[in-house]
Amino acid sequence: MRSDLPRWIDVGVIPAVNILLAFLVAGLVVLVAGESPLDALVVLATGAFGYDEAIGYTLYYATNLVFTGLAVAVAFHAGLFNIGGEGQAYLGGLGAGLAALSLDASLPAWAMVPVAMAASGLFGAAWAFIPGWLQAHRGSHVVITTIMFNFLASALMVHLLVNVLIQPGQMSPESREFAPTAWIPFVHEVLAGVGITVARSPLNLSILWAAAACVFVWLLINRTRWGYAIRTVGHNEAAAVYAGIDPKAVIVGSMCISGALAGFVGINEMLGVQHRLLLNFTAGYGFTGIAVALMGRAHPVGIVLASLLFGALYQGGTELDFEFDGITRDLVVVIQGLVILFSGALAYMMHPIALRLWRGRRRESAP
Amino acid sequence: MSDTLLLLVLTLDATLRVAAPLVLVAMAGLFSERSGVVDIGLEGKMLAGAFAAAATAAVTGSAWLGLLVAVAVSAALALLHGLACITYRGNQVVSGVAVNILAAGLTVVLGIAWFDQGGQTPPLGQAARFAPIELPLADLLHDVPVIGHLYHELLSGHNLLVYVALASVPATWWVVYRTRFGLRLRAVGETPAAVDTAGVSVEWLRYRAVLITGALCGVAGAYLSTAQSAGFVRDMTAGKGYIALAALIFGKWRPVPAFLACLLFGFLDAVATRLQGVEIPGYGQAPVALIQALPYALTVVLLAGFIGKAVAPKAIGVPYVKER
Repeated sequence: MRSDLPRWIDVGVIPAVNILLAFLVAGLVVLVAGESPLDALVVLATGAFGYDEAIGYTLYYATNLVFTGLAVAVAFHAGLFNIGGEGQAYLGGLGAGLAALSLDASLPAWAMVPVAMAASGLFGAAWAFIPGWLQAHRGSHVVITTIMFNFLASALMVHLLVNVLIQPGQMSPESREFAPTAWIPFVHEVLAGVGITVARSPLNLSILWAAAACVFVWLLINRTRWGYAIRTVGHNEAAAVYAGIDPKAVIVGSMCISGALAGFVGINEMLGVQHRLLLNFTAGYGFTGIAVALMGRAHPVGIVLASLLFGALYQGGTELDFEFDGITRDLVVVIQGLVILFSGALAYMMHPIALRLWRGRRRESAP
Repeated sequence: MSDTLLLLVLTLDATLRVAAPLVLVAMAGLFSERSGVVDIGLEGKMLAGAFAAAATAAVTGSAWLGLLVAVAVSAALALLHGLACITYRGNQVVSGVAVNILAAGLTVVLGIAWFDQGGQTPPLGQAARFAPIELPLADLLHDVPVIGHLYHELLSGHNLLVYVALASVPATWWVVYRTRFGLRLRAVGETPAAVDTAGVSVEWLRYRAVLITGALCGVAGAYLSTAQSAGFVRDMTAGKGYIALAALIFGKWRPVPAFLACLLFGFLDAVATRLQGVEIPGYGQAPVALIQALPYALTVVLLAGFIGKAVAPKAIGVPYVKER
């Protein structure tokens, strides 16, 4: 579609300019808030990468964002907008938690952890299956239904934790702690086992699963018949029908894959860090996943880079609270909104400008 | 008067208060969506409006100035949405999400920078808020059985913006179905090419629709922070924009059914609030969270086509490209 610009401008320069614009506007917001944008940037960067522990936290946040970013991306490829990552991640956590709560006494760790992981994917997929099926077979728009399902997930979790799963004799709505058989080891523990000391952080081996998910999504989209079907439906549903592809099956299938990927947030959060079911652990990762997917242009490599950036912003943002009176970590939310605005909604704004510049340069250099 | 009746009147009274912002936002969304522009960003515009109203009222002491600034700020966000969707033909859902997240972040960052109260605005005094209004003859009719009582308890004694919300329904109906602008608005949401052929600018029509959306969202925001409450707290819209969107869809993008859907959703919310902590015999704690989720569940069921079919404007979400 954009073959009129060379690939390096389309994939490299324009996204970079969009991100730059987002940060410039965020800098203006910092100025309005009465602080120095440069100081804020320095604090963000040192907060994210300045020391061992910070790097661990950055990678831990990035793990969640890889899952939700991939989830949005897979749906994008099928021409669907899955805003329901938040709810699917919530349900994924519920799946992992329920599996752990019911089986942690009877299964050894090598069986318990995979079962809980599978449960998180299944629950996430199930929560995306309904909107997917309704879109394919009843024509109800997936954007609206996934928004509704986010709220339904939240209500369901509040109900379950307040009225059903709450540990007796306790005020806060949390389940009991899982037995250690259902825990995924922390990276600092694993590294300590082989004699390397790193600072404690919530970073755990779920990050390997996130890496595997990236490879899986790349293979799925680019190297399988299914991926071809997904991309065909995404580009042109009518053409897909003539190519012998059943768009309904593709829509339902890609929503399920998308939901499962979002559900994997539950692995990192429940099995890796919290070790019990609680409320609000999704903390907006599902929505940030939209920014990640847009910025990463729905490609696994881009998504990893965008997840690292946002992971760094999440972690660096906590440092803002300590260093400044006027600005807090909420600045990161502003940056996130601006990134979605510039690299998503206004994605076509820079294109004609770049085209004019590129053509002008070509004309000048031509003899 | 019997206790049950009193409880009913009180619940209906609460329904009206809860439903008022929903009605305003549903009517707001109606303009944008009937013109063919999807608006997921109702929530964000209402939130920005609530913050702008409370911040202005806190500084100037005037609720009216607050309302004015809320409308302006919300309309500015609407303009941004229009720029992305109409001029640059970007993805309308993505733009709406951006508006929501931007509003959620900016209201807190600016709130902390300006007022230093953890994202809240200073509490507003009576003068800086919209006070309850006694309707004429309310006291006089108080003793008239049923009708007079309902008039006194239910209709009278709300703040001005509740009546604005109620008035917005017939006003929207009149504009959409009885004016030239409304006819074109509906046409541009179905077949923009026909409107274009008739020599009417599709872009300008949609910009006007989106601006009306922004203005009404601003009024709803002002209602939340300067009428219903006395100040802004972070994330104070708490999903109301999405409920209003659900009501709009539930009402099949038509003013009166959307209004009734808002009342239904408001009623469910009022009931859920009343049931907080109540023991239901044979069940235990009332499942408040599940009752509050009913509007969303009902909307999904409706969208699935199991209780009537909600058909969106045909050109919704599709940027208009003029033929060259």
